Amino acid sequence: MEQLLAVRNLYAGIEGKQILKGIDLTINKGEIHVLMGPNGAGKSTLMNLVMNHPKFVREQGDIIFEDENINELTVDERARRGIFMSFQNPFEVAGVSLENFIRTAYMAVTQTKPSLLKFKKQLMQQMEELKIPTDYADRYINVGFSGGEKKKAEILQMSMLNPKLAMLDETDSGLDVDAVRVVSEGVRKYHNEENSVLLITHHKEILKSLKPDFVHVLIDGKIALTGGAELIDRIEEDGYTWIQEA
Amino acid sequence: MQVMEKKKTQLDEMDRGVYDIKNEVRFKKKLDKGLTEEIVRQISAEKNEPAWMLDIRLKALRLFFETENPTWGPDLSEVDIDNLVTYISPDARMTADWGEVPEDIKGTFDALGIPEAEQKQSISGVGAQYDSEVVYHSIQEHLAKQGVVYLDFETAVREYEDIVKEYFTTCLAPENHKYLALHYAVWSGGSFVYVPAGVNVDIPLQSYFRMNAPGAGQFEHTLIIVEEGAYCHFIEGCSAPKYNVVNVHAGAVELFVKKNATLRYSTIENWSRNMYNLNSKKAVVDAGGHIEWISGSFGSKVSMLYPTSYLRGDGAKSEFTGITFAGPDQFLDTGAQAIHAAPNTSSSVMSKSISKNGGVAIYRGLVKVYPNAYNSRSTTTCESLMLDSESRSDTVPVIDIQNNKVDLGHEAKIGRIDDDIIFYLMSRGIDEQEARSMVVRGFAEPIAKELPLEYAVEMNNLINLELEGTIG
Repeated sequence: MEQLLAVRNLYAGIEGKQILKGIDLTINKGEIHVLMGPNGAGKSTLMNLVMNHPKFVREQGDIIFEDENINELTVDERARRGIFMSFQNPFEVAGVSLENFIRTAYMAVTQTKPSLLKFKKQLMQQMEELKIPTDYADRYINVGFSGGEKKKAEILQMSMLNPKLAMLDETDSGLDVDAVRVVSEGVRKYHNEENSVLLITHHKEILKSLKPDFVHVLIDGKIALTGGAELIDRIEEDGYTWIQEA
Repeated sequence: MQVMEKKKTQLDEMDRGVYDIKNEVRFKKKLDKGLTEEIVRQISAEKNEPAWMLDIRLKALRLFFETENPTWGPDLSEVDIDNLVTYISPDARMTADWGEVPEDIKGTFDALGIPEAEQKQSISGVGAQYDSEVVYHSIQEHLAKQGVVYLDFETAVREYEDIVKEYFTTCLAPENHKYLALHYAVWSGGSFVYVPAGVNVDIPLQSYFRMNAPGAGQFEHTLIIVEEGAYCHFIEGCSAPKYNVVNVHAGAVELFVKKNATLRYSTIENWSRNMYNLNSKKAVVDAGGHIEWISGSFGSKVSMLYPTSYLRGDGAKSEFTGITFAGPDQFLDTGAQAIHAAPNTSSSVMSKSISKNGGVAIYRGLVKVYPNAYNSRSTTTCESLMLDSESRSDTVPVIDIQNNKVDLGHEAKIGRIDDDIIFYLMSRGIDEQEARSMVVRGFAEPIAKELPLEYAVEMNNLINLELEGTIG
């Protein structure tokens, strides 16, 4: 198995408050990892650290991507290496159309300049698959989008940018059942032997068509338990207290 | 449209690309520096004007000397009329044949993309003014056949004297302020547009003002009359290369929008950093008429510009959409004024400003509603984006309501670029500078989308140009 991402002994926090207290995590190519855990445990913080959100501070430890230490790489450099994050609350950017945004990102990530027509065709096709009305391409990024539409737009960006590592932060929350299926299907189509998915969720619906290789339970800034897909059912029934007690 | 490839980080040294093309100053006539009655008489004689025009000039000249600088707004003490040449006539005859325009002047306008737009027929008439005189003018034949007149102002004074005399100074009086008085004393060049009743000039008419000579003033006069039920879109572009002496631009734009007529007046001004832009613009709007202002103010050292809509007919309407961008050592004091002088009138203002590296962008607006202007509506939205903590942005709205049947709204927002949004854009592989540019262009987008494509592209280029070197 070829290693894609390795997080080593990571301690990190925000505004002086320590949130991650020694995380070790290895994700190999082709794997799907699920991150579960109670609110405030540090799940989103971990993704933000891998992406390098400027507000979060890495105190100790290393982030290795494709055998290279990326601690000092900026956000955009990491994205161009192939790291992607689907935001829990995607931001609105007035005046910039979704199409223009994705095209600019596409050119940055692939270092190619696709023809307008070809790019548009590909975008329209992906939008149809994700059941996003194609006129949304001309709308400003996330402005006036419903919660579900924002999440679908994140998956659209993922599909177009085709990253090596897709981190999905509660992409399924706030979505109706049909929308969860569409998103889940989108992730399934994206996923292959060469790329990996790290996914935060509280629900098992999104995992129906995805087969997680590992499930990690994050409690109080540490990975308290790692197991297979069977953990999901157990947590759905019993919550997290049994892990804390164990 | 030219794309500026060169990048420099020093902002003072900013490469303004094609805007900074300087031609050798060749002129047929250049009057002495300073301003005297003799000079005004010479300008008038040079233009072979009727006596009534000279009278207006001389009266305005006296007013100019009698009037003080405004006591509010930016400091104008550096404007020294004794060091300013008010009239420079390029060594070129007015022509309707682009081939006859001298090579260097033609080259400048070519680089600015002016004739290209005409060839593509994305505009229906074009005028090009170089320093004090218009060097090129044309209009599409089908419009001329319908009675549309688009001329340089001097020719209009000769060929349409009655109309010019009837309207000239009735919209903007020389008494309004010191630099309007100066304008009327030394005006030269500009455009005259007459659209007969019911005629639709749907493809824009365009004029371009270019100042080449250092230490000169440009004082063009624009007079547009849109008769009943007619439509016209007029675009004005202005630019000048940078010299290290003070230049003054004090043009005047008088617009008359008749019953149920619509006029859209779009401007992209891009002055060099030595320019005092003290321009005056006003529209008089009759019943059911509609004035739309689109305004982009870039460059200049100081700008004072407050397009005014005088809504004097029942149901008259004004819409103002404007953006200013103030960089280091720039003081841009701009805004819109709406005077509601009749019932059921409405005005709306959407103003945006961007300031950076110590630039000052002030919105100074006026909404005035007369006692008889009942059932009037007015909304103002001002948004300011400050790119750093040295920059300044202020909103100075004056609201004077003289009846109680008025629906009025005012909203002002001052903000900075949200770091989370930059993170979001960068997380898609876009570098920080481009991410910031995207947010700023997005901020300006509501204005850009009101402009014809070439001008929207030009505006985006200007924004990119202004942003270069601000990051890192």
